[in-house]
Amino acid sequence: MPYSLELDNISKSFGRRLIFKGIDFHFSENKIYGIAGSNGSGKSTLTKIIAGVLSPSKGKVVHFNDNTEIIPEKLHNYLGFVSPYLVLYDEFSAVENLQYFAKIRGINYDENKINDLLKRFGLLKRENDLLKAYSSGMKQRMKFIFALQHSPKLLLLDEPTSNLDDEGKETVYGVIGEVKKNSVVIIASNEKNDLELCDEILEIAKYKTNSNHPKKSKQ
Amino acid sequence: MKALALFKKDWESELRTRYAINALAMFILVTISVIMFSIGDEPVSEYLTGGLFWVVIFFSAMSGLSRVFVTEEERGTTLTLQLIASPSTVFFGKLIFNLVLVYLMVAAITFLYSILFEKFVIQNLLLFTVALLLGSTGIAISSTLIAAIISKANTKGTLYPVLSFPILLPLILTLVKLTQFSMDGETFEFAWVYLAILVSYNVIMFTGGVMLFDFIWKD
Repeated sequence: MPYSLELDNISKSFGRRLIFKGIDFHFSENKIYGIAGSNGSGKSTLTKIIAGVLSPSKGKVVHFNDNTEIIPEKLHNYLGFVSPYLVLYDEFSAVENLQYFAKIRGINYDENKINDLLKRFGLLKRENDLLKAYSSGMKQRMKFIFALQHSPKLLLLDEPTSNLDDEGKETVYGVIGEVKKNSVVIIASNEKNDLELCDEILEIAKYKTNSNHPKKSKQ
Repeated sequence: MKALALFKKDWESELRTRYAINALAMFILVTISVIMFSIGDEPVSEYLTGGLFWVVIFFSAMSGLSRVFVTEEERGTTLTLQLIASPSTVFFGKLIFNLVLVYLMVAAITFLYSILFEKFVIQNLLLFTVALLLGSTGIAISSTLIAAIISKANTKGTLYPVLSFPILLPLILTLVKLTQFSMDGETFEFAWVYLAILVSYNVIMFTGGVMLFDFIWKD
């Protein structure tokens, strides 16, 4: 069941400040895509627009699963998202968070899968601790489990390795390589190591002015 | 079911953090105490106690019901909710939470009022109960929608009562009138126009909420 998405002439402004303009891009399964740009260039903004939590000023994002357009209300079922500004519920433990997420999503809580993910990200021994007792690196690992819990067809990663140690980064790179096989993976990052994983890179800086007609660069 | 799961998550979170319950309980106690101190030994009419009853409910609702969305926004978990649930699930989940909170709040205020104010005597208890149920439902629906609107604003505390006042005014005026009828022991036949206004208000606000929430929820 191939998943794909299309950015059709996407522009975004905050007030009178233009963030980017005229982004046309096609994302398809079995590939890792990068969104690159300097700080404040609009990487996170574009990521949020792709995730459907922020509206573009102009243009549209269309998601397809098995050649059928996904309506915005159902998009969250296909989407896994990790970012520094994503906050999980501090007053619950890791397991409680994941149990509530499964119930709210309307999916079964797959204990074996969750235990595998917790083990892989080194959180199994702390699964019953409240999230407020977690370090920033542990919270970042927990966000990956949150994003992978429902086997998403689109994995959106904004600064995926922030706050992670070397072991954590290696785990993340391993997971990305596996998820890529039957999903679309998009990484928004400045990190050279993150972008080296990508098959294609969308340079935001090329979409700042009216005059150019940018082409996607290939690594 | 998904909305019910969201309600359970919110309720468990509320029991652990006490964001809304403490604010509501303190506000109810302080407001009723201030009214009692202000009145002192002065004789007050039955109608005045009925009017003050709804003043306490209105301001208590203002102090507690906005928190259903404001806490998500302040803690940064709004994005998490957007990633796990459709807008309709969020609206219904939060509405159930506010309904439960309003029913508990109104029950507590009615209990305290009936034991502390001698003049607060209801002749037609059934009419009063129906008015309370319909009124509480209307307050919960309106408050949920307004809370979603103001949660994105910088001046949440000020904006909530300001925005709520014109929206809740027709409801409160109708409820004050129905309370007077209940105190006078009037029949349902006599009060049916006002009950019809309450039902219409609830239907309009509920339909408006369902239709508008999508636009409010997305940035």
